[in-house]
Amino acid sequence: MSVNTVPCTVKPTVTLQIGDAETDSSRPGVYVIDVTLPIGQTVNIQEISFKNYYTAYVSVRLLRRDGEGAARWATCLRNHCLMPSPHTEEGSQDYCSVYRQQMLIEPDNVTSVRLILRQPSSAWLNFSVEDIKIHPCLNEDSEWDIPDWLSDLTQVDQLCDLQGLPDPQTVSSSIQQMWALTEVMQTNQTTASIGRFDVDGCYDINLLSFT
Amino acid sequence: MMDEGTELSLTIAQIVQRLKATNLHSQIERQAKECLHRPEIQLESLKEDVRNFLKASGWERKLQNAVYRELHVQPLPRHPAAPPEHAKEPLAYMRKAQVNWEKRILKSLNSMCTELGVPLARKRPAVEQKELTNKWNEMGTDEPDLSRFRPVYAPKDFLEVLISLRNPNHDSSEEASAKSHWGLIQVPLHDRDIPQMREAYSELSLTTGQLGIDDHTHVPPDLFESEHILIGKKVVNEQDSAAAQQYSRQGCPTGLRADLWALVLNSTNEPEDVMHYEQLKAGVIHHDLLVDNLIYKDVKLTASNDDYYFVFEDFLYQVLLCFSRDTAVLEHFSYNSATPPKSYIQGKVGVEEFAVVYPPNGVIPFHGFSMYVAPLCFLYNEPSKLYSVFREMYVRYFFRLHSVSSSTSGIVSLCLQFERLLQTHLPQLFYHLREIGAQPLRIAFKWMVRAFSGYLSTDQLLLLWDRILGYDSLEIVAVLAAAVFAFRAENLMEVTSLTSAEAVLADLSTLKVMPLIQIFLFATVI
Repeated sequence: MSVNTVPCTVKPTVTLQIGDAETDSSRPGVYVIDVTLPIGQTVNIQEISFKNYYTAYVSVRLLRRDGEGAARWATCLRNHCLMPSPHTEEGSQDYCSVYRQQMLIEPDNVTSVRLILRQPSSAWLNFSVEDIKIHPCLNEDSEWDIPDWLSDLTQVDQLCDLQGLPDPQTVSSSIQQMWALTEVMQTNQTTASIGRFDVDGCYDINLLSFT
Repeated sequence: MMDEGTELSLTIAQIVQRLKATNLHSQIERQAKECLHRPEIQLESLKEDVRNFLKASGWERKLQNAVYRELHVQPLPRHPAAPPEHAKEPLAYMRKAQVNWEKRILKSLNSMCTELGVPLARKRPAVEQKELTNKWNEMGTDEPDLSRFRPVYAPKDFLEVLISLRNPNHDSSEEASAKSHWGLIQVPLHDRDIPQMREAYSELSLTTGQLGIDDHTHVPPDLFESEHILIGKKVVNEQDSAAAQQYSRQGCPTGLRADLWALVLNSTNEPEDVMHYEQLKAGVIHHDLLVDNLIYKDVKLTASNDDYYFVFEDFLYQVLLCFSRDTAVLEHFSYNSATPPKSYIQGKVGVEEFAVVYPPNGVIPFHGFSMYVAPLCFLYNEPSKLYSVFREMYVRYFFRLHSVSSSTSGIVSLCLQFERLLQTHLPQLFYHLREIGAQPLRIAFKWMVRAFSGYLSTDQLLLLWDRILGYDSLEIVAVLAAAVFAFRAENLMEVTSLTSAEAVLADLSTLKVMPLIQIFLFATVI
């Protein structure tokens, strides 16, 4: 789960409704939210995360740029269920993520994401998703700039006679062992509490506080 | 919503982290080291041999039980973007309602403090400490003046809070429709209907043997009882938590119940548990808390007046006073929608180094709280063991009965489940009671908040609590409440007021719970 997200604009929600939006008294059951990247940018999506607010089903479509530069829409997620029982609260305010592995197509070179939200139940006054974030794939094979002085280091096999100094291999392996021990000690730190409820023996309290 | 592999790794990592901090971890390590002297441990197959040894000597089973216990109390793995309060309670309006309710309780406690001029906590002078140590086993003989103290709240106050719960996003327009709910709880939580419960509670079906039904005197024991007791003995010998939980679904024999419940709850009575209890006792001796008076008052008003439980008065003090000092209970607040009250010592308000939790376990007792402990006194007579079992039952089940949450075992869900079962299967009765101003929940609420403790006879209550442990859920409490109404439906149809309805349902001590539940779940026409 990557913490980094791609900056994008979430457009205002569009209602899909049969009939006139103003005069129709029933509430819409489908909303569409477009999330676009800045012009010219594309992203390879690892994860789309959001917070649900009473949406029952979500479908996701992606606008991808192919090799020739043309952009095409494709569905990557169809009717993903967020609320198992649309009339009741289960899953209504959960934090959700849609991962690359769940998608029907490869979410690469994406310029725009369209979320189609459905809520068939008339029990709710409103529904949407909040905090939509797009997480890009982490680049694993990116080239790092190596500082010059690193390449100036002597190669191991070019070392000449040690003159009584210990063999660097044994030194480095014993240092590695010591480091491993310190790591083990750190991870073995207990999370158990001591059980004291007072502060230095004092537990004189007068009033409770509301924070 | 994470993918399964990651979720599993995260769960495993969390459980390993928690178990590393326990005494079991050091015990197993010690055992592993000591077994190296044994002849069957070969250097070539060291790992395998040590593991086989731990398995054969029962240590692997203890570890399994500990992992099983952690799975019971672990909150579900959180989405990385989800804040900690989401794990306590996912619905924002319920969190808000809980916060407001807590504020009311704190205000009430503060005003009691200022009115009576009693501090919330003070250190006992040495003389008083000595006196209390001497009197520890007979605190019931004390008759302190408790007239000025009043319980912080009673279940009916809490019921009013639940009745006023509203989801701001829910369309509650007044038109009558098929989904109109006649009851008092107006939040749309999910609940199970009878067909779903028939599947979930299949061990309670008409064709399966039950303690509470098939151990009746006129049923020959060969049909079910003898075999069931034999299996129970095996389960206790194997010391397997998961098996004990499954076994409890058909009821625990009286002679094995104490051991079985301790197994299901993974409640041990090792020297360190006894030591922990002694440490808590020392906490009681050293500091006097205002909540102690609330506990005294509650015990005097409820358990001491009860024909079955008054003999256990001293035990109740010994357990509840220590419970208030136990900071280990604070762990359960990560999955409880409630938050422990906070205070500052020496008047240093706002200075975090002087912040403390009050009471130390974060739980303010209400009227009837001692009834959670009372039935356990029939099973355990050693205070540290009794304490250990009670604490585990509290952090797994009882806390859900007095906090506002959307959990399926929470009191809100139980109330809704009760009302829905009644409306679906006894609509005439529900309608009649509504018309005469006797909303059924007003009568059933007090039963459910206490998980029926103090209302049923003890042997029946213990059979009910067997199933709570067996199914790891309080849902059965709501089912029983509906079943009781179904049982007394004829009489209830005749009444014309809330008081007479209450009179019909005042005495449940003659009821047999398992037949009622079985008939309601498996013999109701749907």
